Amino acid sequence: MAASIGAASCRALFCRSWGKRLSAAGRLLGGARGLAAQGETHLGFQTVPEAEKEQRVYQVFESVAKKYDIMNDSMSFGIHRLWKDILLHQMNPYPGTQLLDVAGGTGDIAFRFINYIRSQREYQLRQKLKSHQNLSWQEISKSYQEEALKPLGGSQVVICDINKEMLKVGKQKAQHLGYTEGLSWVVGNAEELPFDDDKFDVYTIAFGIRNVTHIDQALQEAYRVLQPGGRFLCLEFSQVNNPLISRLYDLYSFQVIPVLGEIIAGDWKSYQYLVESIRQFPAQEEFKAMIEDAGFLKVEYRNLTAGIVAIHSGFKL
Amino acid sequence: MRFRPQGPLYPGHVPTSPLQKVLLAAGSALAALRDPYRHDMVAVLGETTGSLALQRLRDKMRHDAEGYQILRERPRIRLSTLDVAGLRGLPDGTFGREYMRFLEDNRVSPDTRMPAKFVDDEELAYVIQRYREVHDLMHTLLGMPTNMLGEVVVKWFEAVQTGLPMCALGAVFGPIRLKARKLQVLTTELIPWAVQSGLRANCILNIYYERRWEQTVESLREEIGILPPPSIRLEFSCNTWDIA
Repeated sequence: MAASIGAASCRALFCRSWGKRLSAAGRLLGGARGLAAQGETHLGFQTVPEAEKEQRVYQVFESVAKKYDIMNDSMSFGIHRLWKDILLHQMNPYPGTQLLDVAGGTGDIAFRFINYIRSQREYQLRQKLKSHQNLSWQEISKSYQEEALKPLGGSQVVICDINKEMLKVGKQKAQHLGYTEGLSWVVGNAEELPFDDDKFDVYTIAFGIRNVTHIDQALQEAYRVLQPGGRFLCLEFSQVNNPLISRLYDLYSFQVIPVLGEIIAGDWKSYQYLVESIRQFPAQEEFKAMIEDAGFLKVEYRNLTAGIVAIHSGFKL
Repeated sequence: MRFRPQGPLYPGHVPTSPLQKVLLAAGSALAALRDPYRHDMVAVLGETTGSLALQRLRDKMRHDAEGYQILRERPRIRLSTLDVAGLRGLPDGTFGREYMRFLEDNRVSPDTRMPAKFVDDEELAYVIQRYREVHDLMHTLLGMPTNMLGEVVVKWFEAVQTGLPMCALGAVFGPIRLKARKLQVLTTELIPWAVQSGLRANCILNIYYERRWEQTVESLREEIGILPPPSIRLEFSCNTWDIA
């Protein structure tokens, strides 16, 4: 049925709401959240058995790992860096915060976290020194020593990813950029995290949750590993409401991005999967409801870049 | 797939819209210029710009007895289908022996040819596949190695023979990276010979090469219409290299 919709609509090349229509058809095909009973789920616009999705997604990221960062820059014209910066500003961590970054692969969020904490720490130190104008030399050097011993104030970030290739790229990057402390790299599945309950202050998942087979399980795990008072933050592609921008975005996504994938990474199919998986992900309100179902309170979202991306936030209270 | 007028026509087929083909052609041309060793980009350029030339080639094949057989039987040149030991055992100077020598000397294999992805016709996808597999055989018949100079010469020959825009682009832009001395040999001796041979010769896709292994290289050249290569000695910094 979707094939005939496809054929009819394809006569006009860039027809209206093409992406929405096809993604609706994709959902009808059995890709929707509620059809778990049939054991099938969506892989982009394809339908696959649930058991297969995790493996297929693993292969996608194994294939793109080395070119992941350069593709992100090319596809988003570098704007993904701004989105991630905004996420960190919203998080506003302070020295001592324990962060779990899930699907953190190549480390973008983790490195930003460390930079943020470092600058917070420096600020703290400056404030402290300012307020004590009559410090002796010994006291000043002692506070610098303390700073040297705990440059992050006890903050730590655990980067967890199911894909070893992505972690490998992330570790190499960390070495290359000089991030040596406060980072741990752990292989793990978002649906079944290898951590104890109530461990972290902040849980982030940036551009990762749409690749998870059972999003509700990932959300439940997030709730479990967070401390009471802890914060859940998700940065993910979402739905664009403005019809004009939506059309341009669809055009760009489906016409240009796979081409970029082929030219830069020699991999059309992985990037076709990427743009399709974005259409399959629930819209802002629906995802907010899912987060609330997992037990989070004060769940909010904010749209970035007209809704191309959204940051969802919730608290375990 | 998002844009799927008919679905994939053959294994590995990626249906593309006209806009995507234009973007692919432009992008792959730039990528291949930046890094000529990106064979995948050369392949993509060939597929996205070669529609007209491939149709003409297919028609030439259809109107020739041997070519028509090839289109029907669809032979593939792969290490798994070649009798490597048998070919190596052939006398020197035979096509089969020289082809094996070419593969060994240049350390290449016929199995690294990219399968067609962006050609929207199943038969034309075979034609371009055949062209790619015949490319190494052209190296053998023309006596050209796989360095930049050799590749450019073969491209000139193929550009004239096939009319594929990718060959023409490779022929024109390939020499950019060559040093002055090589460029001189290229323009004064090699290109004129390659172009003349290309114009004289029958369509190279109309030969069932798999049946010609025992034929000598000279007799095959004569049959097709390729002129004997010019004998040139080129001195490089560390070694000399004879052509033919």
